[in-house]
Amino acid sequence: MTTLTTPRTGPITSLVVGDRGAMITVALLFATAVIVPAFNLLVPADSFFHVPNYVVSLLGKYLCFALLAMSVDLIWGFCGILSLGHGAFFSLGGYAMGMYLMRQVGDRGVYGNSELPDFMVFLNWSELPWFWYGFDSFAFAALMIIVVPGVAAFVFGWFAFRSRVTGVYLSIISQALTFALLLAFFRNDMGFGGNNGLTDFKEILGFDLKSTAVRAVLFVCSAVAVIFGFLMCRFIVMSKFGRVLIAIRDAESRTRFLGYRVEHYKLVVFTVSAILAGIAGALYVPQVGIINPGEFSPANSIEIVIWVAVGGRGYLHGAILGAIVVNYAKTYFTGAFPEIWLFMLGALFIATTLFLPKGIVGIMEKVKFFNRPPDTAKPVLLQGDGD
Amino acid sequence: MNAPLVEKIASGDTILYLDGVSVSFDGFKALNGLSFYVEAGELRAIIGPNGAGKTTMMDVITGKTKPDEGMVLFKNHTDLTRLDETRIANLGIGRKFQKPTVFENHTVFENLELALAGDRRAVSALFFRLSGEDQDRISEVMEIIVLSAMRTRLAGELSHGQKQWLEIGMLLMQDPELLLIDEPAAGMTDSETAQTAVMLKDISKNHSVVVVEHDMTFIRSLESRVTVLHEGSVLAEGSLDTVQQNERVIEVYLGR
Repeated sequence: MTTLTTPRTGPITSLVVGDRGAMITVALLFATAVIVPAFNLLVPADSFFHVPNYVVSLLGKYLCFALLAMSVDLIWGFCGILSLGHGAFFSLGGYAMGMYLMRQVGDRGVYGNSELPDFMVFLNWSELPWFWYGFDSFAFAALMIIVVPGVAAFVFGWFAFRSRVTGVYLSIISQALTFALLLAFFRNDMGFGGNNGLTDFKEILGFDLKSTAVRAVLFVCSAVAVIFGFLMCRFIVMSKFGRVLIAIRDAESRTRFLGYRVEHYKLVVFTVSAILAGIAGALYVPQVGIINPGEFSPANSIEIVIWVAVGGRGYLHGAILGAIVVNYAKTYFTGAFPEIWLFMLGALFIATTLFLPKGIVGIMEKVKFFNRPPDTAKPVLLQGDGD
Repeated sequence: MNAPLVEKIASGDTILYLDGVSVSFDGFKALNGLSFYVEAGELRAIIGPNGAGKTTMMDVITGKTKPDEGMVLFKNHTDLTRLDETRIANLGIGRKFQKPTVFENHTVFENLELALAGDRRAVSALFFRLSGEDQDRISEVMEIIVLSAMRTRLAGELSHGQKQWLEIGMLLMQDPELLLIDEPAAGMTDSETAQTAVMLKDISKNHSVVVVEHDMTFIRSLESRVTVLHEGSVLAEGSLDTVQQNERVIEVYLGR
């Protein structure tokens, strides 16, 4: 009996043990969660080992993107659902957090109005719209961070999967979804700050958002979220549920003829994925200090797919790696050669598609050290419905 | 409807009964008032020239294609034309495709595990554990389809013939009352074909089986009743020898 066929729903350690890529990923994430804040807070600023504040924010942002990329890999890599609108769920989570942070501003806004956020005062609104009720409570906001993207994904998925919208058609309507939300959130009378979005945050849970300690805590939270997200995704893909997902990806109609309700599986995994994306968005907003409708832009969602493809689709840790590598490159090149970055991104995607179908993880697998034992090595053969 | 047929249905031992099923695609009548029945426990071979409607018939029975008219009764009481693929599969009808369709990125073992009869719900799949009994059943089926040595190999690495067997094995795991098998011997060597015939005859001991096939040697080795389809309806029915002597059959199919 191999590790593949034994039940894999044991203790939490069984989710990573035996898979080198997964073990290294969790170890590195743990190390990052400890070392970066420690070297930021404890090492004196003039030391060579001091991690500057801007690096903490930057890495924290990368970690949020890593979680987002993983959420896309869960549906695309394992179930063949190519969402080109996952930025929408990220942004919805981000807006839910942004609304809480706006309410935390209280009367310290430019207009000093304790009842209304600045942009509402500016628009001459006299009272808080109903959908802002409750966002002064962190617990309620935290719930909404999960519920809003989850419900949006559930409703979208319900109609799309029940009507058997697949492949490129699903990609296009997911893109339309995020574009529609972009247009909606741009409107001032939607009540989410219009073009400018939500910004000028002061505090989270009563702590100053600009303090280094709070920034370090947010960083740790992001790293922990990536670790938990990773373990949860591993749990999903290693269960029989995950094997059904792969079956759907490779031969959807065969799976139906075996008696599986394909649309239910897709709906569950799509909703879980959207919730992960929403959590990523909620962690992102306090670290960058702003959320605006630009986050809904279709180009953002396409970029997520590029991260996953570059890192390696269908491995989970590939998505984490891809998000960090591509975003680091973006940070560097948009600083050094701002005019060529988009060309580079396009070239990167084409090169990955042509030469590295399994992304960076694919190269690493060829290196012996990273090679997983043969019984768990499962190449991701990309192929269409085998019907 | 002829008298013996009415009797058959009333006596309750038909597993499948098609009555006047018609399907057209853009004006082309793939099935044209197709009617026939299969008795419970029977092994039935279906032959016919290309375009006779064999695969369309399978599509209609398994819910992939909705017929324009007609009725498909399963076990005398369920009209399959109203149900979708998943419901029909869960009623106890298994299907093997013409082109072997297995899950290439799963091992032989996992392919069989996925086919294993049981709870198909999404949430229970998250917490599913394979019982010892289930593992024994999987091993047993692996013996039957002679793939025990390939247990942990990815299905994508199997030969064409082995994939066909794996798919038959998946049907066995599913343990349906009625198996629909589309060209099981296609692309097989002679010895593989002979082995497949033995497998199917074995399966038909406790399942009803409908086999669509072109290979006459294979059909002969099944020793079953044969239905000849032509232009979407039944041309002849009987033992292979009887239908081979039928003049209309010779004219449209065998004689040329």
